Amino acid sequence: MKTVIIKYNAGNVQSVMYALDRLGAGYIYTDDVTEITTADKVIFPGVGEASTTMNYLRQTGLDKLIPTLKQPVFGTCVGMQLMCRYSEENDTTCMGIFDVDVKRFPATAGMKVPHMGWNNISDYKTPLTDSIPENAFMYFVHSYAAPVCEYTVATCDYTFPFSAMLHKDNFYAAQFHCEISGNAGQQIIENFLKL
Amino acid sequence: MLTKRIIPCLDVKDGRTVKGVNFVNLRDAGDAVELGALYAAQGADELVYLDITATIDGRSTFIELVKRVAQTINIPFTVGGGISSIADVSALLHAGADKVSINSAAVRNPDLINELSLEFGSQCIVVAIDTRYIDIENGKEHIVHTHGGRKPTDLRTIPWAKEVEDRGAGELLLTSMDTDGTKNGFALELTATISGNANIPVIASGGAGEMAHFYDVFTTGKADAGLAASIFHFREIDIPDLKAYLGDRKLPIRLTR
Repeated sequence: MKTVIIKYNAGNVQSVMYALDRLGAGYIYTDDVTEITTADKVIFPGVGEASTTMNYLRQTGLDKLIPTLKQPVFGTCVGMQLMCRYSEENDTTCMGIFDVDVKRFPATAGMKVPHMGWNNISDYKTPLTDSIPENAFMYFVHSYAAPVCEYTVATCDYTFPFSAMLHKDNFYAAQFHCEISGNAGQQIIENFLKL
Repeated sequence: MLTKRIIPCLDVKDGRTVKGVNFVNLRDAGDAVELGALYAAQGADELVYLDITATIDGRSTFIELVKRVAQTINIPFTVGGGISSIADVSALLHAGADKVSINSAAVRNPDLINELSLEFGSQCIVVAIDTRYIDIENGKEHIVHTHGGRKPTDLRTIPWAKEVEDRGAGELLLTSMDTDGTKNGFALELTATISGNANIPVIASGGAGEMAHFYDVFTTGKADAGLAASIFHFREIDIPDLKAYLGDRKLPIRLTR
């Protein structure tokens, strides 16, 4: 099996690579179109700011390529947000795979932004959560979130209920960082690789 | 529900944990990776590795250690100690650290906070503040200290905490040198003031001696996370017991057993 981690100007993806190493899964870290299109699984990680990362995807044409992929694609954190239609973060038009707009957490007394730390996810409707107990804790770090929508397959709550995971056709996404979410997070990556 | 975090801190010198540790089931109690993995398995929510090495050789050893920690454990960890440049941070993040903590360098050059948060994102920039309540001209004041809490600066702690947030810090690690090592509890009032003013998470550190101290710092102290070292290393408090204790008292806690 060939797994590709898409290389773009996202921040540190080292921990994603180490998580795959722990699972004994090989991967290629690349932005090469042929490598990506011929992969069995594609991971689209993300740490960073929406407009800068989206601009880079546009310059490299990855913004056109990713929505046309046919194999299972897994976007995480900002990767998930870039797969949505739009982000309020610097007024950014995104790839539009998931027809939902990403919103900033509203200023709310006692609720700090970013949403940083371990929070529980619920209402699973995806094979990626197979064998994970309901209300499992995952590690989140984000200031923007996709509200619950028709593609939501796991929810979380912080100032408003939001999409912890999305799924549409061959596209899967998680707002949290599976790679540092303990054994439950590791299981999600393993489940994706088993699709 | 977003949970309160329990964070063991490991002091590392030349790649090994410094404070004596009392884990009989560890092959090598000085192995910082093995100890971190044990804490992760016990339900620690994050780890902090603090490099207290003073030499250049020690620094490269620390980066190797960071890499091994990142390869081994699957929870977030922060690294700190002597970080003073974008290059330092870049090397540590590329080795696999999730966040870096800066302290003296932020006091010396506050613009570094802005530069680091622009370069790497606020979410991975922790600013550590060591504070002590000392006599000044017109009474007593919380004053920022450097050099392991020994050297007072001109900075008042409460406005400094706000300034580092405004400059782009993603998290504050507040250590009270007044309570550190006393085991009499965290500095609740100061932590509550700073955490109440802040719109970023505050990790409270210094003074934990019993489980009730964590309850106090999460309630009265309004802290988002509690950090301690020796009480975990010496097994005076076991993390699973601590988390069960806090969960029983209705605090939002990530229970792992």
